[in-house]
Amino acid sequence: MTTTAKPIRNPCNLCQSARAILKRPKTGQQLCKDCFYHVFETEIHNTIVDNKLFRRGDRVAIGASGGKDSTVLAYVLKLLNDRYSYGLDLVLLSIDEGITGYRDDSLETVKRNRDQYQIPLLIVSYKDLYGWSMDDIVKEIGRKNNCTFCGVFRRQALDRGAIMLNVDHIVTGHNADDIAETVLMNILRGDLPRLQRCTSIITNDTSEDASGIETSKILRSKPFKYTYEKEIVMYAYFKKLDYFSTECIYSPNAYRGYARVFLKDLEALYTMRLYFV
Amino acid sequence: MTMSESLAIELQFSGGMELLFDNKKTIHTKVPAHFRQGADSHAVTIRDLIGWMASHLLKERPELFIGPDGSVRSGILVLVNGADWELEGELEYELQDGDEIVFISTLHGG
Repeated sequence: MTTTAKPIRNPCNLCQSARAILKRPKTGQQLCKDCFYHVFETEIHNTIVDNKLFRRGDRVAIGASGGKDSTVLAYVLKLLNDRYSYGLDLVLLSIDEGITGYRDDSLETVKRNRDQYQIPLLIVSYKDLYGWSMDDIVKEIGRKNNCTFCGVFRRQALDRGAIMLNVDHIVTGHNADDIAETVLMNILRGDLPRLQRCTSIITNDTSEDASGIETSKILRSKPFKYTYEKEIVMYAYFKKLDYFSTECIYSPNAYRGYARVFLKDLEALYTMRLYFV
Repeated sequence: MTMSESLAIELQFSGGMELLFDNKKTIHTKVPAHFRQGADSHAVTIRDLIGWMASHLLKERPELFIGPDGSVRSGILVLVNGADWELEGELEYELQDGDEIVFISTLHGG
């Protein structure tokens, strides 16, 4: 036996004592697993504190789809709430659009997350709220603009669910890449009011709620506004978080898909593009 | 010719990537240790592996995996033996016998 330490391959830029496993898209810094977890979680904590997203005692609904972003958001918010004693009362809120072969499977993931993270869950369905599931709607109108309708319904369903849960705040897993896509889409569509609003980390806005229900007290925010998709996926992978990853069966022609591929291609050219946007 | 020489490689797929590969999470395979380029031959790199996978393992829609530049499509993360391939030379990394290569799609769902 020899006790001589072997030189570490690609040592972590922070601790210098473990092998780096990730090159950060934001900074190019190379980090080991533990330093990555610490930096990732602390940046989200700083975003929450610097932007004063929550007040002690707030009841907060996490919009949960079972996908990578909302799964990581639920995990990290639970962890930070315990670590820094935010005093938040967390609940999971899922929308069942009624899409067979997609949402039914992803909701099973959310139910497992509920048990794994010990956060209560409410599922609100289009069928119950509106009398129509997405499957019913597509059967009736065919495959066109489905995502546009579905997005409007989902936003309102989240508000209705939030009222049922009596929460102060809804958080969603939108990340820096999503927001950049939305900015691009709003530029392409020339939608100036949305262009301004979509980059806010926190909004309080009822103009789109046609239901006339009073939701003005409920805040919405995006704690992952400055978090890159690559890091969310790497965090979920290394932490072995249980998330659902299948594309919605109605989405292949969605406008967002084109904006997304365009930005991913740009990314290869300009590493810092998300910050420029 | 050294075509009989091959490397044992473990391929893993997640984040929806497995949907392109028969829904398999793991594939143990043998990859030629050398690839020819004109008159020369060189040790197999990840670039060669990606092209080889596209022609040998992919059943359909290779454009969802491989880009026009011969790399993986943007939005797919690659890990070499547990580390981000950006730390390992990316496309130019030379495969070693027993390597574990992970492909993770970031494009699916939210």
